[in-house]
Amino acid sequence: MSAIQASLKSRSSSLDVERIRADFPILKLRVGGKPLVYLDNAASSQMPQQVIDRLVRYQTTQHANIHRAVHYLSETATHEYEEARRKLQRFINAREDREVIFTSGTTEAINLVMHGYGRKFIGAGDEIILTTLEHHSNIVPWQMLCEEKGAIIRVVPINDAGELLVDAYEKLFNERTKFVGVMHVSNALGTINPIKPMIAFAHARGVPVLIDGAQAAPHMTVDVQDLDCDFYAFSGHKLCGPTGIGILYGKAALLEKMQPFKGGGDMILSVTFEKTTYNVIPHKFEAGTPPIAAAIGLGAAVDYLAATGMDKIAAHELDLLDYATEQVNRMPGVRIIGTAEKKAAVLSFALDGVHPHDVGTLLNEEGVAIRTGHHCAQPVMQRFKVPATSRASFAFYNTLAEVDALVAGIRTVQKIFG
Amino acid sequence: MADSKQLYQEVILDHNRKPRNFGTLENASHTATGHNPLCGDHIGLALKLNGDAIDGIAFHGEACAICKASASMMTSTVKGKTRQEAETLIQEFRDMATGKLDLQRQPHHLGRLAVFAGVHDLPTRVKCAILPWHTLHAALHSVASTSTESEDDPMHAPIGGA
Repeated sequence: MSAIQASLKSRSSSLDVERIRADFPILKLRVGGKPLVYLDNAASSQMPQQVIDRLVRYQTTQHANIHRAVHYLSETATHEYEEARRKLQRFINAREDREVIFTSGTTEAINLVMHGYGRKFIGAGDEIILTTLEHHSNIVPWQMLCEEKGAIIRVVPINDAGELLVDAYEKLFNERTKFVGVMHVSNALGTINPIKPMIAFAHARGVPVLIDGAQAAPHMTVDVQDLDCDFYAFSGHKLCGPTGIGILYGKAALLEKMQPFKGGGDMILSVTFEKTTYNVIPHKFEAGTPPIAAAIGLGAAVDYLAATGMDKIAAHELDLLDYATEQVNRMPGVRIIGTAEKKAAVLSFALDGVHPHDVGTLLNEEGVAIRTGHHCAQPVMQRFKVPATSRASFAFYNTLAEVDALVAGIRTVQKIFG
Repeated sequence: MADSKQLYQEVILDHNRKPRNFGTLENASHTATGHNPLCGDHIGLALKLNGDAIDGIAFHGEACAICKASASMMTSTVKGKTRQEAETLIQEFRDMATGKLDLQRQPHHLGRLAVFAGVHDLPTRVKCAILPWHTLHAALHSVASTSTESEDDPMHAPIGGA
């Protein structure tokens, strides 16, 4: 064990990783005869037995449709679903539970804001500020709005380390600026953006801010009141919950002003063919039967994360990232893409003379699962003049030994390509 | 599970390192660009047809080893062949990559292109191997640009995302 590994091991001793790993049945898998080394957590994380058990318990003893019938199961399911909403409220420290809307994920949450807020309050010639780092899901909905309304997107540039140029951000504001969308943590590079001062700057000019928190909520404590963001979106399956569920947090006053996104059952108070009255928030935005089991599963997932401790999770993941960065920096022929001072859980890299797809296929041969491609962030790839990168992304159940497996795998790839 | 290292044989690595017919072609009669939007890879292909014969061919672009080697070996193979012979190879290569052609039991003209047979065990990489052939098909039919994701394209292979 190297000195740095030893010192890191003592630093991260507050998190009992072996005990945590025992909670995740999938981590015992072998891939092609090798132990699975799952380093694709930014795409989707794995689920602990506690969440799997919760889904089974719901489905075997509590399921019926919610907000409908007066029978026992419907009342139980409704109670558990709304209890899950309160768990999410506490997880992000929202003021009220009605500020937490269940969506299918981050993408739908952002689309909800575009339709509900953007289409009502943003018009021709108005400007929307986004950043170079954004995931396509925080670019394309706004382009659709611009096409419909004649609004304009302004883009905050980044430096060579992958950090937002905050001065340039501030200079983009003018009297036509109507909205800001910015990601909390970059999925492609791992950059943690200085969103709190950025939000304060926008608010001083009366401009609301949406935060794409898909890559932040799994890795750090998120306090929406402290951030003072207007909207905060994230996905369940990236924080040990099921797919098909996510959260849009919105300030109650804004959500009340917004128009519904989808029409249907449960989002209404009364319907006649002459006039329909919409339900109150959050139900106004939850048309149709929601993914009840997934919502309850997500509630169990945030319980699990809270019990583990978000601060401990963040500290352990930073140890993994520091160790991986140090190891990879020592390797000739490997370039880390994204070297921001403040980063979370993501190591994007390029190998000289080897295309990321070949890296991914050959690492898979070693049991190491990483993501290769443009990470739904093509503007970032264009900025760094690469078609794609290889990306290892960590979760709190990963170990230093798994980082070693990644590094050994990269060496094998280099050997094959000579 | 397939041993993907078997796919990365010396012949493929060699064509990746030193791609044949890599560059531009003067007086091209047919050109096309092939694009795989799932990974951002793209191949530009230029042909010079003399009557029915492929007199010249060149490719350029940015792609992974599988795609680049496939393009390199494809251009070496079809040079001097007729349009009809090239069309037959396109079909046979596609069938091999998608597992529809049994090289041992069925007749084919693939020869050393058979080194790509293993790609069919790697569903996410099938498109990498097919893209150059896809692009050749488009060039022969004077379609300026094509994509592995265009539904109405006869080369469309429904494979999972990158």
